[in-house]
Amino acid sequence: MGILDRFLRAAHFSGGVHPDDHKRPAADATLRVMPPPARVYVPLVQHIGSPARAVVTVGDLVKKGQRIGEPMGAVSAAIHAPTSGRVIAIGDIVAPHPSGLPVRGVTIESDGRDEWCELETCDDPFALDPAEIGRRVAQAGVVGLGGAAFPSAVKLSGGLGARVELLIINASECEPFLSCDDRLMRDRAAEAVDGIAIMLHATGAREARIGIEDNKPEAIAAMRAAVAGQPRIRVEVIPTRYPMGSEKHLILVLTGREVPAEGRPSDIGVVVHNVGTAVAVRNAVRFGRPLVSRLVTVNGACVREPGNVEVPIGTLAGEVLAFCGGLRADHGGPSRLLLGGPMTGMQVSTLEVPVIKGTGGILVLDAAEVGEGDGGPCIRCGDCMRACPVGLLPLEIAARVRAGEVDKAASFGLADCIACGCCAYVCPSRIPLVQYFHHAKGELAARARGTQRNETIRSLTRAKAERIERDEREKAEALARRAAATVAAAAAVKQAAASVEKAAETENEESGVCA
Amino acid sequence: MLAAILSLTILGAVLGAVLGIANRFFHVEGNPLVEEIEALMPGSNCGQCGFPGCAGAAAAIAAGDASPACCPPGGRSLAVTIAQRLGVSVELGGADDPGPLVADIDESICIGCTRCIRACPTDAILGGPKQIHNVLRDACSGCAQCIDQCPTEAMVMQPVPVTLQQWFWPKPALQG
Repeated sequence: MGILDRFLRAAHFSGGVHPDDHKRPAADATLRVMPPPARVYVPLVQHIGSPARAVVTVGDLVKKGQRIGEPMGAVSAAIHAPTSGRVIAIGDIVAPHPSGLPVRGVTIESDGRDEWCELETCDDPFALDPAEIGRRVAQAGVVGLGGAAFPSAVKLSGGLGARVELLIINASECEPFLSCDDRLMRDRAAEAVDGIAIMLHATGAREARIGIEDNKPEAIAAMRAAVAGQPRIRVEVIPTRYPMGSEKHLILVLTGREVPAEGRPSDIGVVVHNVGTAVAVRNAVRFGRPLVSRLVTVNGACVREPGNVEVPIGTLAGEVLAFCGGLRADHGGPSRLLLGGPMTGMQVSTLEVPVIKGTGGILVLDAAEVGEGDGGPCIRCGDCMRACPVGLLPLEIAARVRAGEVDKAASFGLADCIACGCCAYVCPSRIPLVQYFHHAKGELAARARGTQRNETIRSLTRAKAERIERDEREKAEALARRAAATVAAAAAVKQAAASVEKAAETENEESGVCA
Repeated sequence: MLAAILSLTILGAVLGAVLGIANRFFHVEGNPLVEEIEALMPGSNCGQCGFPGCAGAAAAIAAGDASPACCPPGGRSLAVTIAQRLGVSVELGGADDPGPLVADIDESICIGCTRCIRACPTDAILGGPKQIHNVLRDACSGCAQCIDQCPTEAMVMQPVPVTLQQWFWPKPALQG
């Protein structure tokens, strides 16, 4: 039974790929902590949702952990000063994004002291109300550290509505080159498990399962040792295969249940958090420490000392690279700069961009790792179809997008595409399939925004027309009233004059009589 | 005198009744498609399409005399919506399309005359007499009715700046 059960549960998702993981030697290098740089550039939007609003002004002195951005709206996250110092600018900074567009942010000049502000600590988080834990996590600006950067408090305190039965901790780290979660589990396993226990308490789930891919034996051993004595938390070893770290695929592998298309894990009573988020939640609840630093993997053939570094948020990626010894002189120049992993990360043209809460890696790849070559037309080999872990037809969708028919692309299930990049990875013609899908999704979103805008404008036009009509009517009515009043007044005056005349006449008559 | 008044009154009453009955019995249904399209259009009657207002443009589109993409303020999204409703394909101009234009005010030469505010059909311009005016980009329909009103030529039409949240990857260039 046990064996059969295991076998059935190990029944994996279809599709996926096995890229060379390139995780070592960076994963084996000791974790280093980077001191705060001379200046930090802190964007006010580092999460999914609406941007935060700056609550400091230029010239303000801030302490490390002091709130500098207030969350706006239901899905948003607070932003805190990553080090102590003086605010020297609030304005546009280059976003860590392939577009290179500016984003609003706060620039802080460090005073070198790195002093914490006063923090709200808690000795026994398990005595706290789950809602209070959610509040503290929101206060600390914690977002999902796996890459999507969704505000954690929303998922933690039942903001999604449904009852949570199972908490899944995503520690699969399936992206090649990245090893920050691996390093975190090896060095801070006890902290991670403490954080998971707090999350269990906050979500009200019955048990927690930590999914770790079997290519990280050291992390598995460390976590197994740390969960001893915690009957509700289990470490599950899962096969190494990309994209195991995708929320829906991890749930399928760990529970055998599928999240419905366009649905959320909460629909089947599951909530998924990254293992790094667990440590951030622990720091927020136990010590009141906001999320002001994160582990970043610096890797790629061009890096002199690849490894994992704890970096203050807002540090320029180039400075982190310099902290890791800079570029190797004996190697051909960098061919591609990436923030995040090679499969889902963002290609950037400069490293003069800040590390934000969702930045898991800084990769400087050489030509051999990028493996660029000549592309060609689609030969309809069907490799992409077999690799797609969602069961879509990437070649068909891309053909529709190429022809400009994004609606037809959508009818082929574009909304279910998780942009994992498996199709583009296996494509023998090197067709940039994922870019087609990103383009089509963006185009559809732009159309939806346009429709929304047209509706707003229609209602505004109607409102103004109605207002003008009402104003004119009221003016006409006021005029009519005034005219009526004038007539009445004239009549009254006439009447008064008449009565005066009459009185005068009678007086005359009387005086005449008298005379 | 009395005969004249009486005869004209009776004539009027009879003809009025005939017209009323005719209106009831010989009623011609308007093309519901025209009304449907008109309901989709911005309704600011700016005339940039070359037709007399949104109703005129809707009639022309329904009759096939105008392209569904003829409305500049409505932009791509309106063109696609109308084309879908009519079941026709639409030429969207290609990649060099700057997208919808909205009004913008050069604050250094605005004298605060409020003429543009009165001309704006969507109340998208903020300001008062002798105060600098400003355009709410989200409310501007791009009808350009304010442009000619400005005595100092402080108003210009500009493309909406792309923000980080709205940017998306361009379509890959064709290969091979």
